[in-house]
Amino acid sequence: MESTISNPDFNIEEEELKRTKRRKTETRDPESDPKPQTTRWRSESEQRNYSTKLVEALRQVRRNSSSSSSPSSAKLSSSSSVGRHREIRDAANRVLAVSAKGKTRWSRAISRLSSKVAHNNTKHKKGANRAGAKVTGCSRLSRPEKKRLPAVQRKVKVLSRLVPGCRKVSLPNLLEETTDYIAALEMQVRAMTKITEILTGAPVNRLGLS
Amino acid sequence: MSSPRSRNFTNEEIKDLFLKLQSLLPQPNQRRNQTLSASMVLNETCTYIKRLQKEADELSERLSQLLDSVDTTGVDVELIRTLLQQ
Repeated sequence: MESTISNPDFNIEEEELKRTKRRKTETRDPESDPKPQTTRWRSESEQRNYSTKLVEALRQVRRNSSSSSSPSSAKLSSSSSVGRHREIRDAANRVLAVSAKGKTRWSRAISRLSSKVAHNNTKHKKGANRAGAKVTGCSRLSRPEKKRLPAVQRKVKVLSRLVPGCRKVSLPNLLEETTDYIAALEMQVRAMTKITEILTGAPVNRLGLS
Repeated sequence: MSSPRSRNFTNEEIKDLFLKLQSLLPQPNQRRNQTLSASMVLNETCTYIKRLQKEADELSERLSQLLDSVDTTGVDVELIRTLLQQ
């Protein structure tokens, strides 16, 4: 990972320039090199942007919980930190998806999920989505020869379940989505770690990642 | 798929995508120059994503506990610092 982060100071300016240019001419062009995208997640400005939005979302969570008049927070037992953990997780993912600006499948899937949950707390569309996806998956699994799937295919399947919104995409698209998703997740973890460190005033021990 | 990405990827391009994915994975020094098989790249990728998601999850847990204990002024100060420090 360190080999790709050379000079963050220089990168910021380059990234800003690239982004301004791309905004004017950008289409969903598959020919365009996805590299600037994944490098974008590594830029300091992107992380700062994300952190700011996330902190704002976190404050919102606090405000919602302390008022505890809205049905959603009551449902999640707002007074306990356990209930709020999921809200925070969802907020972090939602903000991440917003930062992606809808250019990737996974980010659009997350945004779809969170808007459904926000508007329809009782309907649990999240579960419905998964059930729908499982229907296609289950037909294969219910056959006795499920172990006949070649190893690579099986792994592709596992991967497609990990990346949001990518259960039915082709392999190359899945790989593209995955590279972007990984870079975004890394940034999310970096940002959340930093916020936590600021709040606790102490460094956080990460799971062996540099 | 309505996306314009439904073109035919060549094998070469798919190989490149695997290489690119491999370069994103945390890798021990000895492995940096090798090309891993598709199967291994997929394995490592799934493991890595799961790990990242788990980290994010644990951080959410931690943050929710912290938000409980930190008062409002604390959060504002922290916001300002986050904006300035990064």
